[in-house]
Amino acid sequence: MKKKKRLLNIVLGVLTAIVMLAFSFPFIWMLLASFKTQAQIMATDQFFVFKPTGKNYSSVFGEYDFLKFVWNSFVVAAGSTLGSLLLGLPAAYAIARHRLQGLGLIILVARIIPGITFLIPWFIIFSKIGLVDSFVSLILSHMLVGLPFIIWVMISFFEGLPEEIEQAALIDGCTYNKVFTNIVLPISGPGIITASLLSFIFSWNNFMFSIILAGDKTKTLPIAVFNFLSYSEINWGALMAAACIITLPVLIIALVAQRYVVSGLASGAVKG
Amino acid sequence: MPTNWFDRNLKWIYTLPAVLFVLLMMVFPILYTVRISFYEWSMSATTPPKWVFLANYKALLTDSRFWHAVQSTIVFTFGSISVETVLGVAIALLLFRDFFGKNIVKTLFLLPMVATPVAMGLVWLLIYEPSIGIANTLLKMLGLPPQLWIASPTQVLPSLMVIDIWEWTPMISLIVMAGLSTLPSEPYEAAEVDGASAWQRLWHITLPLLRPTIIVAFMLRLIDVLKTFDIIYATTQGGPNNVSETLNIYGYTLGFQYFKLGMASSLLVIFFALVMGATLLMVWIRRRLEA
Repeated sequence: MKKKKRLLNIVLGVLTAIVMLAFSFPFIWMLLASFKTQAQIMATDQFFVFKPTGKNYSSVFGEYDFLKFVWNSFVVAAGSTLGSLLLGLPAAYAIARHRLQGLGLIILVARIIPGITFLIPWFIIFSKIGLVDSFVSLILSHMLVGLPFIIWVMISFFEGLPEEIEQAALIDGCTYNKVFTNIVLPISGPGIITASLLSFIFSWNNFMFSIILAGDKTKTLPIAVFNFLSYSEINWGALMAAACIITLPVLIIALVAQRYVVSGLASGAVKG
Repeated sequence: MPTNWFDRNLKWIYTLPAVLFVLLMMVFPILYTVRISFYEWSMSATTPPKWVFLANYKALLTDSRFWHAVQSTIVFTFGSISVETVLGVAIALLLFRDFFGKNIVKTLFLLPMVATPVAMGLVWLLIYEPSIGIANTLLKMLGLPPQLWIASPTQVLPSLMVIDIWEWTPMISLIVMAGLSTLPSEPYEAAEVDGASAWQRLWHITLPLLRPTIIVAFMLRLIDVLKTFDIIYATTQGGPNNVSETLNIYGYTLGFQYFKLGMASSLLVIFFALVMGATLLMVWIRRRLEA
């Protein structure tokens, strides 16, 4: 019996290792290729043993001017997250405390609707008022992903806070507004961090809205990396270096703030 | 209790900005899309939109490329989602037990779903590259003939499904693991007394108890897989020969490459109805199963 159990454990351990290898392989592959020259990538006998080069990274930052795109992506992701927090936190609080289920439902519908449905009108309107290739249009469009998510995560967070403190403060003559800003918000750190990190990541990763609404001035990283395909010969090493640069901040956030990211993904998923 | 006007109406003041935003950025564009779907327009400043009423819809319904996109969407969606569900549940069970390094393994496993999809699509493009990609090198090592992967009309959809499965199986596992941690312990204690084997416990206790969780996970994936855009556009843009063109991609191509805004809008209206319909159907099935 004991022997059988040990055998089972070994089998499960091996299975776990295989699963891990399979799921992390594209990351390993991306990282390795980003340190290879074009010739090394072409030579299929040099998969794992090769002399690493840093040239891809220097050409991504030098030749392709990636710092600018990093900055653009950061502005859009931070801007849309802040905007979503500003509109979303009070709304989520009111929905949670006053049981405004109808509004909660609208937020849910926003998650279901295909984003592409909005793109044609946005493009027409933003072109008319000259906002294509501006941070304003990008931030507004990305907020459409961030805001419903933040509201959704924060509703369940606020619902989990004990109402007694707030009621006591109200009896003491505190206004609702003060209760929210001075009592509720200061203890909502974990919820806000979870919601913001995910909203930031969603914006950072966004491709569909940016490819239409961004231009030369506001090009974000996903568009910049996609543009590598338009060169006649694909520079694979630089492309992989660019892919690493985009992915790295997200992976660092996910690893460092693991607890928040996992709970955000879980709560956004299960309830969203 | 506070009695001034501001405080009494605070719940509306708090929700108003968000509601206005949703109305302006979401509801208005949807209505606008419906309106354009009755017009013919290519965004030209000199030719104004021309009212054609249902002509765009009629053109779509007789367009073989549209029906092909419907088919690709359905094949891609159900192909991906069925593998993701089975694999996701299996991996959740595998990672739920206690073992050394569990936390780090779980975190690493979740990375595909937060990594930038376009970047990952391009990494898979290199993996699938017929002459230099590792996919063919692996086949060669196994003594199998090289394949064209996403460059082949017959293999492109399965190859894209593999990317989606890689990216999103962790989502199913994450939800199922959350479900596993809330299961009651009584049935297991009873099963232990009855001498049930691990296999029996899995089939007769764990999986039935997990059913509602699995249905939710399936439903969420369904909503998202139908809308898959990034990985397809980054790798094939709908090719070769439009084989991997889903409704999302075809709508995008019609609108932003051919600038047939009316026809693209009518496609998006149909697509919107399809996604909403699928969601409502899932909600209904879930109610039926739970009742």
